[in-house]
Amino acid sequence: METLAKPLTKNIRPDRAFTTLADYESTGGYQGLRKALAELQPKDVQQWVKDAGLRGRGGAGFGTGLKWSLVPLDDLSQTRYLVANADEMEPGTFKDRMLLEQDPHQLIEGMIIAAYAIQAQKAYIFLRGEYHVAKFRLEQALLEAKSKGYLGEHILNSAFNLEIVLHTGAGRYICGEETALLNALEGKRATPRAKPPFPLVSGLWGKPTVVNNVETLCNVPHILHYGVEWYQGLARGVDKGTKLFGAGGRVKHPGLWELPMGTPIREIIEQHAGGMRDGYKLRGFLPGGASTDFLLPEHLDVVMDFEAVAKAGSRMGTGVIIVLDDKTCPVRMVLNLEQFFAQESCGWCTPCRDGLPWTVTLLKDIIAGKGRIEDLDTLAGLTRMLGPGNTFCALAPGAVEPLQSALKYFRADFERYIAMERA
Amino acid sequence: MNEPIFEGLSLAEIREINAEMSHYENKTAVSIEALKIVQKHRRWVSDQCLIAVAELLDISPAQLEGVATFYNLIYRQPVGKTVIHYCNSVTCWMLGSDQVGESLCRHLNVELGEMSADGEYTVLPIVCLGACDHAPVVMVGNELKFDITEDAVNEILGR
Repeated sequence: METLAKPLTKNIRPDRAFTTLADYESTGGYQGLRKALAELQPKDVQQWVKDAGLRGRGGAGFGTGLKWSLVPLDDLSQTRYLVANADEMEPGTFKDRMLLEQDPHQLIEGMIIAAYAIQAQKAYIFLRGEYHVAKFRLEQALLEAKSKGYLGEHILNSAFNLEIVLHTGAGRYICGEETALLNALEGKRATPRAKPPFPLVSGLWGKPTVVNNVETLCNVPHILHYGVEWYQGLARGVDKGTKLFGAGGRVKHPGLWELPMGTPIREIIEQHAGGMRDGYKLRGFLPGGASTDFLLPEHLDVVMDFEAVAKAGSRMGTGVIIVLDDKTCPVRMVLNLEQFFAQESCGWCTPCRDGLPWTVTLLKDIIAGKGRIEDLDTLAGLTRMLGPGNTFCALAPGAVEPLQSALKYFRADFERYIAMERA
Repeated sequence: MNEPIFEGLSLAEIREINAEMSHYENKTAVSIEALKIVQKHRRWVSDQCLIAVAELLDISPAQLEGVATFYNLIYRQPVGKTVIHYCNSVTCWMLGSDQVGESLCRHLNVELGEMSADGEYTVLPIVCLGACDHAPVVMVGNELKFDITEDAVNEILGR
């Protein structure tokens, strides 16, 4: 059954039109919320989502139900917040935009259920400032939802109240990091916060706060509506459910497809994206955005599961693949990536603030024919110094992933630039 | 009720900024929205406006300047009527964003960040616009344009 196999995109139409409230309801919309409010306690909703095996779709893959269960619920008079992270800005990634623009009620329903599960009465959507169409459509959808009693006081005649505020950002990659996002929402520079305390205990204005990615929240209504077993049955691999996978670069048909978790990368690139454009060969790919390690054609049979991609030496990240063809220079591609990360570093901690521009300088020198072979050791050293544990947040460790894997897999390309200078 | 007049801001701007305050726990949280409201009315944020907003929000101008200069979409210099952002992140770069940026600047006879002589345009690079399946892309004002070619650049500039 088509509808049940692709729950996230069942309302997405080729003309990219907006799914109105009536359209959304006609395909089972808000049924998951009705069930949650009428039949389940907040803790039950958490348990359903935990049992379903939903893991965060923003890149890190933390268990969603587990995250919710860590929010203290003992004092029900305490303020708690839910935040939808709609700050999609991972280079090469374009999945949340589709969900936001074309089926905003799916996100809203997911947010209401999530807020109920953690007993939050106020929620924010942190939307990228550049997503103007999404802003307009979310505003419309929020009004529709409010007028029909899905938002506000006594939602569907229950005791649960929720207000959702749409906040639009002013553009900075680091806002996608959840504690930086909270600072941005508080009207400050988006520098990450020290953890602990984790936002689940002390987040927005010091109150317990859950931050979930858009796609993650979009899964929630379907788990409630169709059930845990159905959800688990969607996947082909270890991780559960479906996911938006995509491919960009010199493939025949760049795009996005909702596919079961555990779909082999080969199927995404060769079948769904139609393989490489005529005259181009596959050289490698970043499986889930700019901050993931390169993989090679020999890894095409790796499946899109968090552990499987990690075992191959990369990360599933956002699940949207950036394809490197044989006519694009990997060294220049890495330079583009590191320029991005150096620019978007918030500057808060020294390794990231100083280390990333250093990688850019070295890469530029190498490409300009001014490189020395020792520079490759310096670059490799920087990938370690900027790695996990040495910086305040995950930006720099992510930034060095494509660099460290390029040094491993495309070393000859670096050396060719250096040899050119010697000759 | 008398509304305070802050030198440097119009009544409309002050009303819009005050309306935002109801959504947040405190005034500071409105900083980014407030700067965007000023920009909607004036295209950019001058020193005078920045100081007025800081006063309205009860924060120091230095703190607000820290916020204003942190974010890519807040302009602290005058920009043209239409800002053209071209994506220069990885997928667009692979498919020719450098040429798109150069072409825009050449046609308008400007450097990046500069205002065209007629005051119509400013060209700026921007990070991934989330439309990589249609790379290279540009955002003209608030509108996303897909699959940009040299012809498309001419069309955008109305030539």
